[in-house]
Amino acid sequence: MTEQAQATPGAAKEIGARRARKEDARLITGQTRWTDSIQVPGLLQMAVLRSPMAHARITRIDVSPALDRPGVLAAFSGRDFADEQGSLPCAWPVTEDMAQPPNPPLAVDEVRYAGDAVAVVVARDRYSAADALEAIEIDYEPLPPVLDLEEALADGAPLVHSDLGTNKCYDFHMPAGDYQAARDRAQAEGGIVMKRRYLQQRLQPSAMEPRAVVVEPIAAAGEFTLYSATQIPHILRLLLAMTTGVPEHKIRVVAPDVGGGFGSKLNLYAEESIALLVARRLGRPVKWTESRSENYQATIHGRGQIQDIEVAATREGRLLGLKVSLVADMGAYLQLITPGVPLLGAFMYPGIYKMDAYDFSCTGVFTTKTPTDAYRGAGRPEATYAIERAMDDLAQELGIDPIELRRQNWIRHEEFPFDTIAGLTYDSGNYEAATDEALRLFGYEELRREQAERRDRGDPVQLGIGISIYTEMCGIAPSRVLGSLSFGGGGWEYASVRMLPTGKVEVVTGASPHGQGHDTTFSQIVADALGVPFDDVELIHGDTKSSHKGLDTYGSRSLAVGGIAITQACGRVIEKARKVAAHLLEAADTDIEFSGGTFRVRGAPESAKTIQEVVLATHLAHDMPEGVEPSLDADATFDPENFSFPHGSHLVAAEVDTQTGFTKIRSYVAVDDCGRVINPLVVEGQVVGGIAQGLAQALYEEATYDADGNLTSGTLADYLVPAAPDVPEITMARTETPATTNPLGVKGIGEAGTIGSTPAVVNAIVDALRHLGVDDVDMPCTPERVWRAIQESSAASA
Amino acid sequence: MIPAQFEYTAPTTVDEAVSALAQGGEEAKVLAGGQSLMPLLRLRLAYPELLVDLNRVAELRGVRDEGDSLVIGAMTTHHTVVRDPLVNQHCALIALATATVADPAVRHRGTFGGSLAHADPAGDLPAVTVALDAEMIATGPNGQRTIPAGEFFADYLTSTLQPGEILVGVRVPKLAGWGFHYEKFNRVAQAWAVVGVAAAVRRANGNIAEARVGLTNMGATPVRARAVESAVQGTQAAPAALHEAASQAAEGTHPPSDLHGQADYRRHLAQVLTGRALAAAARV
Ligand SMILES: Cc1cc2nc3c(=O)[nH]c(=O)nc-3n(C[C@H](O)[C@H](O)[C@H](O)COP(=O)(O)OP(=O)(O)OC[C@H]3O[C@@H](n4cnc5c(N)ncnc54)[C@H](O)[C@@H]3O)c2cc1C
Repeated sequence: MTEQAQATPGAAKEIGARRARKEDARLITGQTRWTDSIQVPGLLQMAVLRSPMAHARITRIDVSPALDRPGVLAAFSGRDFADEQGSLPCAWPVTEDMAQPPNPPLAVDEVRYAGDAVAVVVARDRYSAADALEAIEIDYEPLPPVLDLEEALADGAPLVHSDLGTNKCYDFHMPAGDYQAARDRAQAEGGIVMKRRYLQQRLQPSAMEPRAVVVEPIAAAGEFTLYSATQIPHILRLLLAMTTGVPEHKIRVVAPDVGGGFGSKLNLYAEESIALLVARRLGRPVKWTESRSENYQATIHGRGQIQDIEVAATREGRLLGLKVSLVADMGAYLQLITPGVPLLGAFMYPGIYKMDAYDFSCTGVFTTKTPTDAYRGAGRPEATYAIERAMDDLAQELGIDPIELRRQNWIRHEEFPFDTIAGLTYDSGNYEAATDEALRLFGYEELRREQAERRDRGDPVQLGIGISIYTEMCGIAPSRVLGSLSFGGGGWEYASVRMLPTGKVEVVTGASPHGQGHDTTFSQIVADALGVPFDDVELIHGDTKSSHKGLDTYGSRSLAVGGIAITQACGRVIEKARKVAAHLLEAADTDIEFSGGTFRVRGAPESAKTIQEVVLATHLAHDMPEGVEPSLDADATFDPENFSFPHGSHLVAAEVDTQTGFTKIRSYVAVDDCGRVINPLVVEGQVVGGIAQGLAQALYEEATYDADGNLTSGTLADYLVPAAPDVPEITMARTETPATTNPLGVKGIGEAGTIGSTPAVVNAIVDALRHLGVDDVDMPCTPERVWRAIQESSAASA
Repeated sequence: MIPAQFEYTAPTTVDEAVSALAQGGEEAKVLAGGQSLMPLLRLRLAYPELLVDLNRVAELRGVRDEGDSLVIGAMTTHHTVVRDPLVNQHCALIALATATVADPAVRHRGTFGGSLAHADPAGDLPAVTVALDAEMIATGPNGQRTIPAGEFFADYLTSTLQPGEILVGVRVPKLAGWGFHYEKFNRVAQAWAVVGVAAAVRRANGNIAEARVGLTNMGATPVRARAVESAVQGTQAAPAALHEAASQAAEGTHPPSDLHGQADYRRHLAQVLTGRALAAAARV
C-alpha cells in the first residue's frame, strides 16, 4: 500500500487512521437485528404467489381454496386491493412525454414478467403460508413475451402495455457542441470515425441479505411501523405516505442492520406496499422475507443496454467528438428511478477526456422482464465501459499505445476545475499521478514484452493488458441539479450532533448504512471535529423516529454529503460551546481557541476547559452566559454545490487460455483517488468489493431468459457470483487529490471500483486476442464465448 | 424457499434405517449431507413424505482397509475423504477430485455416498469411481449386494439402487504405482464442473502401460473414455502423444447443452482437458 497522502490538517488524529470497523463485532457475532429476525407479538407470515409466465392475462383467480389450508388466516389477490393499492412510484420522469404505465403492487388483470406478484397468503407461520400458495387457483391466457430490445421497437411488435400503443418509454437527447461538424472534420482531415456496439448484459443484484419487511400496525391509532431491509427508510416513508394514503406522521420506517443493497434496496417494492395493506386490512403484524429465487425474479435487475458508440478523432489521436446512442431495457414497469439510470451515465461518457462535441441519446424500452433500476454505479459503469473500451479500440485502429492515446486526450491536472463537454465541472483530479503510479506498480513495459514473446511463440496462453482510467460523478447530489433533470427529490443530507452530559456524543445521520461502515467513518470525523475519543461517539440512523430526517444511502453520497452535514453540525456545537467556555473562563468569545477537545484563552493556555467540562456545565446550566440556551446540540443540512469526482487508473494483466477460453487475472493494479481518506481500511474494502462486482460483470454474471421469457439464471447455481478464490490479489494504492467543493475534501468511493474494473478486464481479454483477429467479446466473457470468438476469427481468416 | 412438510426419523444403525425406509415406501428418502437434497426440497422439486437421516449411523462413516481394496463408508464426509491417509495413499484420485468439490462448508456436510447415490453427472465423484472400477455396496430389505460402478449410474440423477436400498459403502481397488489427476473445468472455483476428467495412468519404461479415464458431465451418466484408454496404451509418456490420444475423448459421448456450455464446446473441452489430465497423471 503506497500513499501519496497530502498533509492533513493538524487536528486530524482519527481522520486517516486505519480503524477496524466498530460495527463489525456486532454484525459478525450476530448480536444484531436483521429484519427477518424481528419478532413482534402475533406476527403473521406472508407469502407471495408469482406469475410463472412472462406475459399473460389473468382470466380467473380464486384465492379462497388457500383459506382452507391449515394455519391460513387470509389470502388476497390484486382484485382485493384494486381500489387502495395504487401504483408503485417512479420519481424520475426523464422527459415530459415519458410513458409511465401503472405499476400495481399486485397484478390485477395482466402479468408482465415471470415473477410479477399476483396474490398473497397470510398464515401463522412461513411453512403454512408457502404450502397454501399452491392452493390458489388461477387461469392465465398467454400473451406474447417481449424480450429483445430492438425487436420491441419494431412496428407491429407485441406490446408490454397495450394501452400505450408502443413499447417505447422515452427518447432522451442531449447534444453538446456540433457533433456533425466534429465528424466531418475527422473525415476531411484524414482522421477516423470509429463505430462500435457494446452490450451491457442484465445483472441480478445479489445482496447477502435478501429483502424482508415487517409491518406492525397499531390499529387504534392508525399507526404503522414498517421494518425493512432497505437502503432508504426516509424516502420509503414518504413514498408509502404518498401511495397508501396513510399520513406520513403515522408511518415509522426502520431499517435495522441491512446486509448489502448495491442499489437493489433503493425502491418502494410491491411487497412493502402489500404488507402494509395486509396489516391494515387485518389489523395484525405481518412479515415477508424474500427467498433467493424471489430475489432473482422480483428484486430489480441492473444494466441491460445496447450501446452504439461513434468516436471521431484526428489521425494523431485527438478526440473530436463522441456520439452515444443507447437502447435501455426498462423491464416491465418503471420502478423508482428506472428511466433515469442511463441518464446518470449520460454525463460520464466523455469520461476523463477533452473533446469538441458530444451527442447523447437514449431510448427506454419496455420488455416483459423484471424491472431494471440502479445497480452499483448506476449508469456510470455503462458509460465508463463504453468510453474505455472505445479508447482501447481507437488506439488499436490508430496504432498508438493505449496509454499514450489517453494521455493525449485527458484533462491535465493543471486544467482543473474543468468544464466538460457534458456540462459538468470537474473540481479536481490528477490522472497523470494516478496513472504513473499504476504503471510503476504494474510493470507495464515488462508485461508488454512478455505479451510480445507469447505471441511470437504462439503460446496457448496469451497475455493481455487492460486499461481503464475512469472518473465518475457521485456524492449525489446538488438538489438544484436533480431538479433540472426532473428528478422528484432533493440531494441534501441531514445530521444532528448531541452532546450528552458525560461528554459522550450521539450523532444522528440521515444516511442509512447497509454495510459501508458509516458508524466507523463518521465516528472518526466527529472525534476529530470535537476532540473526543473515537469510542465516545455513537451513531443513530435508519429509523424515522430517531433519525427523523434524511435522504439515505446510494450514489456514494453518505460521506461526501452526509459526512459534511455532520462536520457542519459539529462546528455549530463548538460555536455554542465556545460561548459557554468563554463565560466559564471569563474571557471574550473571540479570545477562545479550540483544538484537540480543549477551549483555551488565547495567550493564556493554562486557562482552559475541556469540551467535557463545558458540556457538563451546560447540562447543569447553573451558570450560563446571558441569552445562551443550555444545549450543546446542533443540526445541519448540507446540500452540495457539486458532485464529487473520484478517479482512478486500473490496470489488468489477464492470461487467456486459447484452448479452453478461460481467463485468469494474473495481476490487478488499482490506483484510486477519492480525495481525502477518512479510513484507509474502509476505502480498501470498498475498492476490493467494487472491483469484485465489476469483474463479475466482465467474467461471470448474466441474467438469462429463455424464449418464453422465463428467467433461466434464477438460482445461485446458474447465476455465477464470484467468491473469494475467484477474486485476484489486488494491488491497491492511492493518490489523494482533495475535493475542492466540500470542507473535508472527500469524494465518494462506494461505486468507483465497480465503475473502473469492468472495462479493464474486458480490454485485457480483447488485448490478449487481437492478434488472433478478435476485437470484441460480449460480457460476461465466459470461456465458451472467448473460445468461440477465437474459433470464429480463425475461421474467418482461413 | 420453504420445503413442503415431511416426517423425519434418525436411526442409529443400518438395519433400523433399512426398515424405516421400507415403512416409508415410495415416499421415503434418505438424507445424507443434505447438500443436494435440501436444495431440491426447498425449491419444491422433491416432495418426500419421510426423510430417513443417516447422520447418526456411525457404522457408515470412515475408511476401512480390506487388503487389496479400501471401503469408504457412504456417510464419510468430503472433508474427511480429502484428509484420509488411506485414501491418499492408495486411491489418491478420490482425494484429488473430492478436494475440488464445492467449498469447505459443503465439504463438511456432503458425503461420498450421497454424491454417488445422487448420480448427478456433473458431480465430480461418479466419474472417479467409474474410472477406478469401484464397487458400490448396497443394503436393502433383501440383504446386501455389490454393483460395479460402471452399472451403478443409470441416467441423469438416477442410480440402479432399488427403492428401499441404502448405499452403505464403496469398495475401491488399491492402485499401487499409478499416477493420478483430476482436471476440473469450471467457471468459478466453487461451481460444478462444465467438464471434468479423472485420469489414472501407470507408466512402464517411459511408456504408458495402462490408463483409465472417466469423464464428468459429458452425458447423462459418467462415462469411461475407452477410445482414449486404448489409444494411449503403449504410447510414449510424452505430451504430444498423450494429447494425440486425447483427441478421441469425446467419442461416443452425449454432452448436455446448458447455460455453462453448449455440447460442441464440451466435446472440445473433453479433448483438451483429457490431454492435460493424462499429462499431469503421467507427470510429463
Ligand atoms: C453449493 C454447492 C456446490 C456443490 N458443488 C459440487 C461440486 O462442485 N462437485 C460435486 O461433486 N458436488 C457438488 N455439490 C454436491 C455435494 O457434493 C453433495 O454433497 C452431494 O451431491 C450429495 O451428497 P450429500 O451427502 O449432501 O447427499 P444428500 O443431499 O443428502 O442426498 C442426495 C441424494 O442421494 C440420496 N442418498 C444420499 N445418501 C444415500 C445413501 N447412503 N444411500 C442411498 N441414497 C442416498 C438422497 O436420498 C438424495 O436423493 C455441491 C453442493 C452445493 C450445495
